[in-house]
Amino acid sequence: MAHHVLDMPATEPEIRALRIGDTVTLRRWLFGIRDATLIHMFDRGRRTRLDLDGHAVIHTAPNVHRVPISNEAPVGFAPFCIGTTTSMRMERFTDALMEREGVRLIVGKGGMGPATLDAFARRGGAYLAIVGGAAALETTWIETIVDVDLDDLHPESLWQFAIRNFGPLLVGMDSHGGSLFADVQRDVAARRDAVIASLEDAR
Amino acid sequence: MDLDIREFEAVCRDLYVRALKILPPDIKAGFADLQRSETSATGRAILDTMVENVAVAERTRNILCQDTGIPIYNIVIGADVRYDGAALKAAIRRGCERATKDFSLRSSVVHPITRTNEQTSCGIRVPIIHIDFDDRPETVAVEMIPKGSGSENGSFLQMLLPSDGIGAAKRFVIDRVIELGGRVCPPTIVGVGLGGTSDLCMHLAKVAATRPLRSVCSDPEGARIEAELSRAVNELGIGPQGLGGRSTSFAVHVELAATHITQNPVAVNIQCHSARRARATITPGGIAFD
Repeated sequence: MAHHVLDMPATEPEIRALRIGDTVTLRRWLFGIRDATLIHMFDRGRRTRLDLDGHAVIHTAPNVHRVPISNEAPVGFAPFCIGTTTSMRMERFTDALMEREGVRLIVGKGGMGPATLDAFARRGGAYLAIVGGAAALETTWIETIVDVDLDDLHPESLWQFAIRNFGPLLVGMDSHGGSLFADVQRDVAARRDAVIASLEDAR
Repeated sequence: MDLDIREFEAVCRDLYVRALKILPPDIKAGFADLQRSETSATGRAILDTMVENVAVAERTRNILCQDTGIPIYNIVIGADVRYDGAALKAAIRRGCERATKDFSLRSSVVHPITRTNEQTSCGIRVPIIHIDFDDRPETVAVEMIPKGSGSENGSFLQMLLPSDGIGAAKRFVIDRVIELGGRVCPPTIVGVGLGGTSDLCMHLAKVAATRPLRSVCSDPEGARIEAELSRAVNELGIGPQGLGGRSTSFAVHVELAATHITQNPVAVNIQCHSARRARATITPGGIAFD
């Protein structure tokens, strides 16, 4: 169980060094993305001017304040509450996100499925589990909103955050076929019949 | 009592923000219980982070979770209260919209076909409004629930057959909890509806999911089943965030209604660990927030 500090963007060898159960702290940059962003980018062919190559994306749509443009708010948005949404809804976009945009890491909650695990193995990626619902804490790891694109989808825009020591995050899925979520699901499936048998009238 | 509609609107506005910022005391106590019983190191670390988040939100005056939810208002009007019903509904909507604008909350509400976000937390038939009546003298009770959607997507209805029995309903609940895994932000409150029609059954599951912890189903048969299922779900091993452990759920809650001789409906609705709710009562003596 190693701890890794990654100054984003990261290289493929850095990502392939991550193993499930390891922890990671991210530094420098993080991009916010979610349902509508991905639908518009991949189902409707829209492109972004932001460079995601080698970067980490987080499944989010933040609460922000509109403020005058300044060094602390270069695009006129200040972070207010930035958290994480359920990743599994975004499952079918992982491969395209990695192939077309070069994304290496997904930060999310709840885990993702076999298509994502396969994309991680082929292209060199990993899933970093954050504690869902702990958004007030997560917000303290964000410094500024440095850029935003596709903001007609607000709040489901493509956001670029400057971050400070973002984590620790748990490597939940790696590029070697490992998934803590799949491991737990196997254990749960093995317990299911005994739990059912313990219920009155349910056997 | 004449209900002051401007005051009522302000209560609707303030309750949305209070709900987003302050975790109810029964949920805090529920976390303490789970922290004591959790055996997985990962599970304990995740619970600790969730509890730390509650403290950070209070310290930084931030909202607990980024998801501002689908706004639900439950209004209970007591005896001897004079009000204009249409004005009351309009005031709830204005209060919800003002909360969103005044506090710069993320509007999480879109049109279901065009996906257009009006940036007001309002839309067609949203906020969701339930109005009920009781016999408390000169009292209007307002409950606001910002229903988070990671857990709301964990909703199911099955019109079982009478011959399937109650056992099939129990299996349905266990299998849906397994299917959802970490997606619904466990530890959760599993809301179960039994009986009624399809729409009432689904509504009962939501009532159950948003009921305070340690409250008990008023029907003794329902209470027995919620105790049994509360034990069972925490033997599955899903754990906090689906990463393993005992703390899959704070509790399973059951609400039930009579049903048709041909029917055996069961519904599941999940509440996440950020189980937010805020309440106020308006009386001639003033406004009291819970």
